[in-house]
Amino acid sequence: MAVDAQPCYVRRALAEPEPPPTASSGAFGLIQQRLFDGVLNSALTIISLVVIAAIAWPTVKFLLVDAVWQGSSRVDCLPETVKREVGACWPFIAAKFRQFMYGFYPQDQQWRVNLTYALGMLLLVPLLIPRIPYKGLNAILFFGVFPVAGFFLLVGGVLGLEHVETRVWGGLLVTLVISFTGIVGSLPLGILLALGRRSDLPIVRTLCIVFIEFWRGVPLITVLFFATYMLPLFLPGNWRIDGLLRVLIGVVLFAAAYMAEVVRGGLQAIPRGQYEGAMALGLGYWRMMGFVILPQALKFVIPGIVNSFIALFKDTTLVLIVAIFDLLGQLRAAFADPNWATPVTLFTGFAFAGMVYFLVSFGMSRYALFTERRLNTGRPN
Amino acid sequence: MASDVQHAPTPPRVVFYNNPKIRAFFYQLVLLAVVLWFGYEFALNAKANLEAQKIASGFDFLDTTAGFGVNQSLITYNETDTYRRVFFVGLLNTLLVAGIGIVLATIVGFVIGIARLSPNWLLARLAGGYVELIRNLPLLFQILFWYLAVLGTLPGPRQSLSIFGEIFINNRGIIVPRPIFGAGTELVLAAFLLAILASLGLRSWAIRRQSRTGEQFPLLWTALGMTIGAPFVVLLALGFPIGFEQPQLRGFNFVGGVRLLPEFVALLIALTTYTAAFIAEVVRAGILAVSRGQTEAALALGLRRGLTLRLIVLPQALRVIVPPLTNQYLNLTKNSSLAVAIGYPDLFAVFAGTTLNQTGQAIEIIAITMAVYLVISLVTSGLMNWYNAHIRVAER
Repeated sequence: MAVDAQPCYVRRALAEPEPPPTASSGAFGLIQQRLFDGVLNSALTIISLVVIAAIAWPTVKFLLVDAVWQGSSRVDCLPETVKREVGACWPFIAAKFRQFMYGFYPQDQQWRVNLTYALGMLLLVPLLIPRIPYKGLNAILFFGVFPVAGFFLLVGGVLGLEHVETRVWGGLLVTLVISFTGIVGSLPLGILLALGRRSDLPIVRTLCIVFIEFWRGVPLITVLFFATYMLPLFLPGNWRIDGLLRVLIGVVLFAAAYMAEVVRGGLQAIPRGQYEGAMALGLGYWRMMGFVILPQALKFVIPGIVNSFIALFKDTTLVLIVAIFDLLGQLRAAFADPNWATPVTLFTGFAFAGMVYFLVSFGMSRYALFTERRLNTGRPN
Repeated sequence: MASDVQHAPTPPRVVFYNNPKIRAFFYQLVLLAVVLWFGYEFALNAKANLEAQKIASGFDFLDTTAGFGVNQSLITYNETDTYRRVFFVGLLNTLLVAGIGIVLATIVGFVIGIARLSPNWLLARLAGGYVELIRNLPLLFQILFWYLAVLGTLPGPRQSLSIFGEIFINNRGIIVPRPIFGAGTELVLAAFLLAILASLGLRSWAIRRQSRTGEQFPLLWTALGMTIGAPFVVLLALGFPIGFEQPQLRGFNFVGGVRLLPEFVALLIALTTYTAAFIAEVVRAGILAVSRGQTEAALALGLRRGLTLRLIVLPQALRVIVPPLTNQYLNLTKNSSLAVAIGYPDLFAVFAGTTLNQTGQAIEIIAITMAVYLVISLVTSGLMNWYNAHIRVAER
């Protein structure tokens, strides 16, 4: 059979190579895939770039490029004197720095504040680093001994230390005192309330629920007003409570209610078997809670606890409404100084205070994230 | 044999004070007694202190004349009105700023939250930066920043910034045109409501038809067209009864239009941006909580991206989003009490601020103020619990 039929197709030349698939690795590929993948995506990228440029450049220009670094009064920060556009007026911060940090704490006694800060740092840092041992002792020192030591150091009146009234405290000192007291006071109270809310005893449970829901339902500012104006009326007429102490009481009660809900979340996450196991071993209620349940539950909610600390730290600013001058209060007071009244004073002050608040809150939230990841190792994802 | 003898189970012999039931009862009694004793002492002290300081007690003060002005009020108010009226003026101002704030914060929060999940790297980072910056600065700091630094340094009325010559921004606030409703406005409103009702009817018809025949109906566009078109047609037919009164610069100030107080604007901006950052996180967490398998399955079934988001992802995400979202709404309402720091006349500022200063009746006034916020909170969380029970996945 003659095979004259031609074979279907015979390629005589090499085919043109297909274009390579779009690179999805390498710097160029990533940029293309993540930023310019299609019209919409490219448009979003361009809009984002414009927004970033519109925010970043004026900020840098104001804070660094146009800033005035040397000076002694408002005149040095006026455009007429500098003969160019004026950015941040840093001499204003330098002049008011002591006030922002210590309020009107006597200058010759300022070392006491610094010593308290140093002590706190010395105890806090090892507590935060997981690898350092003796956590129990460290925690007792930080939460038990340090507040007492700090109290006597700052208030004075003993061991030959001069008594310093809380009226002259101010600035970051007050901010930190209120946050720290709120934290140290609210943690035990919050744990007790959380236990009470999950208790089998009906009266205890009801009282705890009422307490928690009451404080969580009202704004902090009403709590501060309650503590400042109402609390003195409830106490015997001859008792005089210090203004700062009143605020501290209000803050502790308020923070405890929020802390109780965080701890309750941890208690609920502990499986029933743990309770039953502890009871089967013959442990009573307090031993069961103290040795078995709470250590697990608290570890579980460390991120939540840190988050409520951040909220508390930010909320301390509200005390300026009841005439206690924390960092923000001192800032506002400093704005009123005619010696530093320039068009840029306000922005400079807010930039400085903003950086302080941001660094502390952001640091704490990063730490919460870090512990969350560290505690999550046993779980998938 | 002894072992055959069956003893009736006797209760274990314990001393009565070791009986857990009696103990529990005793402890609770002690706690209750302590709480009641504290309450009693407080009441006695309060009575003695009030008498010593010659402060009146009771709620009679509500009917006395307030004698101070309030610079923004939704109901008619003047200085001769009573403290009761002041209370309602403040309450309405609180609800006004909270209501507008909630709407704006929800919109901004959803946009930012979705942007954080965008595949566009730059956009996601930008949204993340916004959230981190706003969340880590105290709200009061932000309110003061907007009020003192941004709005306070705006030029005076004569150098107002103007937007299209209609809206004017200066250091006395934002002046916008005032809408004037002429005769026939009710008809336009009625047409709008009718169109909404018709859209709802159309929706149920379209759903029934789709489940019967599989045919789809362009519901969204029809409904939009009806709700915008019908009032517009009525408006045209009546010859535009709704007009605007433009603000005019006369001398040193504006006449006409509506002036939004700078306090109101600053508070609104701060509350909106602050709460939006938290809402963005809530939205992001909610969308991430829907497992990827759901999206993949929907795509495998042939649903388009938009439909996948609308029919599969969002309904499941909303179940996670709504409870914390309500919490944020409550926070916004409670945070609006910070208005007192810049002098916006909200409930707290005019009632717990000025009224307390004038009458000195701290107990009654702070109790009323707390009760208002408490009622708002409890009602909202009650509704939330109801909603949660309503949308819970029916599990076997």
